[in-house]
Amino acid sequence: MFDTANLTKLIFGRLTLESLPLHEPIIVGTFAMVALGGLALFGALTYFRLWGYLWKEWFTTVDHKRIGIMYMVLGIVMLLRGFADALMMRLQQAIAFNGSEGYLNSHHYDQVFTAHGVIMIFFVAMPLVTGLMNYVVPLQIGARDVSFPFLNNFSFWMTTSGAVLVMCSLFVGEFARTGWLAYPPLSNLSYSPDVGVDYYIWALQVAGVGTLLSGVNLICTIVKMRAPGMTMMKMPVFTWTSLCTNVLIVASFPVLTAVLALLSLDRYVGTNFFTNDFGGDPMMYVNLIWIWGHPEVYILILPAFGIFSEVTSTFSGKRLFGYTSMVYATVVITILSYLVWLHHFFTMGSGASVNSFFGITTMIISIPTGAKMFNWLFTMYRGRIRFELPMMWTVAFMLTFVIGGMTGVLLAVPPADFVLHNSLFLVAHFHNVIIGGVLFGLFAGIAYWFPKAFGFKLDPFWGKMSFWFWTVGFYFAFMPLYVLGLMGVTRRLRTFDDPSLQIWFIIAGIGAFMILLGIASFLIQIAVSVLRREQLVDTTGDPWDARTLEWATSSPPPAYNFAFTPVIHDNDAWWDMKRRFYARPLTGFKAIHMPSNTGTGVILAGLSTTMAFGLIWYMWWMAAGSFVALLAVAIGHTFNYHRSFHIPADEVVSVERARTELLAAGAKS
Amino acid sequence: MSSEVHAHADAHHAADDHAGTRQGQLIGFGLSVVLTAIPFLLVMNGSLDKQVTALIIMAFAAVQVVVHMIFFLHMNTKAEGGWSMMALIFTIIMVVIALSGSLWVMHHLTTNMMPVHEMGSTP
Repeated sequence: MFDTANLTKLIFGRLTLESLPLHEPIIVGTFAMVALGGLALFGALTYFRLWGYLWKEWFTTVDHKRIGIMYMVLGIVMLLRGFADALMMRLQQAIAFNGSEGYLNSHHYDQVFTAHGVIMIFFVAMPLVTGLMNYVVPLQIGARDVSFPFLNNFSFWMTTSGAVLVMCSLFVGEFARTGWLAYPPLSNLSYSPDVGVDYYIWALQVAGVGTLLSGVNLICTIVKMRAPGMTMMKMPVFTWTSLCTNVLIVASFPVLTAVLALLSLDRYVGTNFFTNDFGGDPMMYVNLIWIWGHPEVYILILPAFGIFSEVTSTFSGKRLFGYTSMVYATVVITILSYLVWLHHFFTMGSGASVNSFFGITTMIISIPTGAKMFNWLFTMYRGRIRFELPMMWTVAFMLTFVIGGMTGVLLAVPPADFVLHNSLFLVAHFHNVIIGGVLFGLFAGIAYWFPKAFGFKLDPFWGKMSFWFWTVGFYFAFMPLYVLGLMGVTRRLRTFDDPSLQIWFIIAGIGAFMILLGIASFLIQIAVSVLRREQLVDTTGDPWDARTLEWATSSPPPAYNFAFTPVIHDNDAWWDMKRRFYARPLTGFKAIHMPSNTGTGVILAGLSTTMAFGLIWYMWWMAAGSFVALLAVAIGHTFNYHRSFHIPADEVVSVERARTELLAAGAKS
Repeated sequence: MSSEVHAHADAHHAADDHAGTRQGQLIGFGLSVVLTAIPFLLVMNGSLDKQVTALIIMAFAAVQVVVHMIFFLHMNTKAEGGWSMMALIFTIIMVVIALSGSLWVMHHLTTNMMPVHEMGSTP
């Protein structure tokens, strides 16, 4: 009755030995390296008996600060993967001339550019942005934690699950070969019958749950848990931009979830939402995914704007110029970001009235953005500027982002877009704003808040090395792409016929290599800073003479953030407290009510990963089993009544006394 | 997480919550039943034109959404210090932009480009 082939199919779905990319030497080599590295890490953790510590103190933590740090680690690890893809593309394009096929076959190359886009947006930029918001926002508003600490842990692990699935696709099966938004009909079953697009769908669906829930969590935190006296118009600008970003997340991610669900229905049960025939309309997918996609880029850039605002006013020693206009500009950008999505597909053929409407709304966005730019400039004007690392990134951002903004306005003109659509000009433009805006902002934020998180500053020498390699490398890597785009070179090409183009690709490749040095310098910077932490130590909790509330507590902050909830009288709450010779309360500490750690988030996310894996490979028993287990664990967790505990007053007293001694020692030396 | 904040919010909630009573729940339930039964009847009868039936069902669905929000989600202009209303307005704006924008865009596309879905009907 049961022959072996059927049984194998029942158990393994479409997963066979041929699914493992053993015929691709590059991937096998990578796998060997990753496996060796993973084994070394596993061995080291086991040898030093760190598993228990990691599980108890980090994986199961509900502390927003630790979750924030884990997000940052995830983002940096995935940056290495995404950047490896970028280097491979640059190398391929630099050598694939004069009949040379380069070193990547088209099957592999198409996966590389898809994976690069997906990873950089979803698993680098998003975790880094979410990590900073998670770490900083509760501290800036004087809260003990986020509104839903367990949910926060769960969100992080769901994001990680998505990243795990993408990484999995490198060694088991393949990734999508469709470009980072997986447009149908190419992503339909008839043209992409393999698992690549399924990996794409389920990785984004799983990670999307995490992103959405963390958006809900942070909105609720900002709306409900601000310290007394902090009205909306007294919130720090970073908190404002975080609020707007999370509103965008909550409003737009369901659209992505829905459109990917429709695509998966097309692929799994044979519906025809986006097929070429039977009434399906692939352009509807393009329309829907950009309704999510355009707000997504503002989700990334708004927090970066917030970081630049904090950095500029801190390092200029001045109150931020035009706080109110900054807030309104942010809110206007939030709304406008929903009115421009069609500029991603002007060439689709919507006609003049539609195209001009969306072209004009797009150009209008440059007005609030320009207002922000002038606010930063006027904050610097007559300020006592200290060119520390975060401020250097900010200045580099202002110069670079203006170029990216100008090319953006150029692309917003529909007739110009008809020439430049899908060309390398576009690729140069969005790298210009995402690297020059988001990434520079994240580096500024990391350098700025690192001492808060770890109690010592980052090493300035290696920071400056990283800064110069990144900025110069960026210009070398992407200015040639502008040129090539204007000459009509389209994106995602694997080989080229015209030998006169090669020099530009070689320059771009050199730029990418410089960025590699920039990333290496960044990692060295962290290592060197850890080694030199005694010299770089910050005992005050306020190493930059900063202005907002997170600097009022120690570095790193105690688990409960603030022993007493501060009362706010001014926008720059901590600056105001310093000016009024605020004295830290030294007595009267009470026990503090805190949420307990729980492993449920890890378990739920793990089950989601196996469920997604089962769905990708048609292992239905695995998907169904994981789903049932998922429900069981989720329901089981509702019966967990050990959700909180009290930090005893004695412990608070001893922590605060240690801080008093540290401050006194710091004042003496 | 501060428990005071929550206690405070809960007290607030109960105070300005008119629809949270048993009476409110019952009214909501009754309305929902009626609003669900009528579309069912229309479909089962089949007396009206298909298109008209579909439009009526959609209208009833929209009313049903409002009923649920008022009687079961206890939404009013004052709930949660006005934030519920703010969130609702924002949601409506977003949904209207997404829906009307998509209809507009796709309509233009169908007019300007080859109408894909009509190809099947030509002999």
